[in-house]
Amino acid sequence: MSASATTSTGDVAAPAPHAVVPARANRSHRGPSTGRLVWRWVVRIALTLVFALPLLFMFVSSLKPDTQIFGDLTSVRAFLPVGDISLDNYTGVFGRVPFWRFLANSVVIAVATVVLGLIVNSMCAFALARLRFRGRSLALGVIIATLIVPFETLALPLLWWVNLLPYYDGSTGWLDTYEVQIIPFVANAFSIYLFYQYFASIPKELDEAATVDGAGRFTIYRKIVMPLAGPAIATVAILTFLPAWNQYLWPLMVVQSEELRPVMVGIDYFKQLNTSWGQIMSYASLITIPVLVLFVCFQRSFINSIASSGVKG
Amino acid sequence: MVSTQLKRLTAVSVATGLALSLAACGKGSSTDSGGEDASGATVLKMWTHNAGNDAELAAIQGVVDDYNASQSTYKVEVQAFPQDSYNTSVTSAASSGSLPCILDIDGPNVPNWAWAGYLAPLNGLEDRAADFLPSVQGVWNDELYSLGYYDVALAFLARTSALEAAGVRIPTADDPWTKDEFAAALEAIKASGQFDNVLDMQTGNTGEWWPYAYSPQLQSFGGDLIDRENYESADGVLNGPEAVEWATWFRSLVTDEYMPLKSGQDPAQDFFNGKTALLWTGSWSAAPAAESDIADDVTFLPPVDFGAGAKIGGGSWQWGVSATCSDMDGALDYMTFAMQDEYVASIAEATGTIPATDGAAAMVDGYGEGGKYDIFRVFSKNFAELRPVTPGYPFIATTFTKAAQDILNGADPQATLDQAVKDIDANQKSNDNFAPTS
Repeated sequence: MSASATTSTGDVAAPAPHAVVPARANRSHRGPSTGRLVWRWVVRIALTLVFALPLLFMFVSSLKPDTQIFGDLTSVRAFLPVGDISLDNYTGVFGRVPFWRFLANSVVIAVATVVLGLIVNSMCAFALARLRFRGRSLALGVIIATLIVPFETLALPLLWWVNLLPYYDGSTGWLDTYEVQIIPFVANAFSIYLFYQYFASIPKELDEAATVDGAGRFTIYRKIVMPLAGPAIATVAILTFLPAWNQYLWPLMVVQSEELRPVMVGIDYFKQLNTSWGQIMSYASLITIPVLVLFVCFQRSFINSIASSGVKG
Repeated sequence: MVSTQLKRLTAVSVATGLALSLAACGKGSSTDSGGEDASGATVLKMWTHNAGNDAELAAIQGVVDDYNASQSTYKVEVQAFPQDSYNTSVTSAASSGSLPCILDIDGPNVPNWAWAGYLAPLNGLEDRAADFLPSVQGVWNDELYSLGYYDVALAFLARTSALEAAGVRIPTADDPWTKDEFAAALEAIKASGQFDNVLDMQTGNTGEWWPYAYSPQLQSFGGDLIDRENYESADGVLNGPEAVEWATWFRSLVTDEYMPLKSGQDPAQDFFNGKTALLWTGSWSAAPAAESDIADDVTFLPPVDFGAGAKIGGGSWQWGVSATCSDMDGALDYMTFAMQDEYVASIAEATGTIPATDGAAAMVDGYGEGGKYDIFRVFSKNFAELRPVTPGYPFIATTFTKAAQDILNGADPQATLDQAVKDIDANQKSNDNFAPTS
């Protein structure tokens, strides 16, 4: 890199002999010092290990017999696929639980909850953010206030309610259905709040222009606001998907048939008096893969959505 | 560009989600009991905690299949739940009025579920119940509410070679270790320096393990969880001198470095891997021990007699009938059929547990007189002590667990036990000492 200078007129002046480049500028140009670079990499590698090692341990242990898992715990072998490696634990998992059924159930529940949640919550937020009606602020306040109520508090009253609801086949009660695992979680105060925040930041002039062109409220919602709400949609989708996928307490309370159980309940199948840790690791690996795949596919959107909304999952 | 992708993604997601949801509509197979199947038989739903426990579930299904084939009036249908979350499922079903006709129950919970109105008395099975081990009979308020096929027994798992090398006497069911002998054995094994843990009491376990495993030791010291004369107060038994002595001893196992404060994730594996010399476990470890590399060296020892006799916890999973069953005659008919010796034997054999009747024990390999597993049956008969038969037991159990954990972590024994007594007494009193509602 030559030490040249540009004049105020834009001409490039010849370098002055023995020109002295300010030390600070020079260092900045060269980038961080070696020591700082090494330190940065050490921190990065350490953080990577902190987050990756538990996953690595899970995957590696899923290939080992129980005795070896615990025998390897005190050494680095715990993270290495060495010793008596096999797929026996995976075979055991498929023999012990109807894995594909549980997986399909969780996919149905999570996808339906996300899709219906995006529609319902965005519409609710649109009304709160873009329409003017009496009691709007009160409604928003009440919705936000529900954020502080933990699910455990609501579980029993909710159970009581869903057991009284009429079902479409003429019977009473929604227990032991897919619907009871989906519908109560569609409307979500946090999702409404996220959408509300995002919609409020979109210029209202766009609505006014669309109204002049003859667009109704639903058209504005569908064709103006939602197409601009990509980051909010991604954030809400991910933040809805994860708890729907991880549902545990509610299915225990409302699902009685094995054919309707989600994957998280399945992990209890392995907790017997003589717990099979290898099979637990295999099962945990199998149910983690869909979430990892989803994250890898939507990694860019996820990071962008966090950056734009300031929300962490 | 992004907008187009988003639209497509949304459209595909909506279509997929709705399609899956619509395809998924409909109720599961667990509709209320009392309906009829295609053949006109009355359907009786039956819940068990054995999802994931193939051996026991298959044995239970075998009993049900035999019953269904034996008559055409009733058809029993089994639904299995995972053990770890079974109680949550049952109490939720009770709250929503959707209990099945027949269900299994962990023994100590029977009084609570009977008091809460979940269970109906097993009228007509009293004579048959007399043939069963006392610890598998769920009796509350002088009525029989449940019967179990089997029991399990606590025991120490040890290596014969380690005991012999340390010069320690190997105790028997007739002559268990005394408190002093036990202390000497721990010290001798520790002095050998051969093991990381001289003793592992599985303190990393949670839930019912704590009262099941440690309250018998409290009883052996002369204390108890509650005064069993009237089940109204724990004062004097849970915080008396004997109980404080137990608590001090319990803590000393850690401070004297015999036992880890918290055991590993799998103490049995620690034992088989040579990390632990003595493991406080139960008859369920017999099968893994027999399959381990040290099978020839493994031995099961009786509980220690700390002064008031050697004790172990009694009572395992039992079967009962729900109070809301719409066909009580059918449920009791199944119970009568299922409690025959041959089924007691088949389930105990499948689970490697102690058969609940003498007739069944004679049919199960290893549990006959002098059999290799007969020692557990002897332990159960000689040492088993039921946990307090009161509906307040679940609260007592959690209160004791918290107190014992605090003591193990260094809390003052007397103050901690006094607080536990205060809490238990308040709970009993606030529930009118769980007087029967009818």
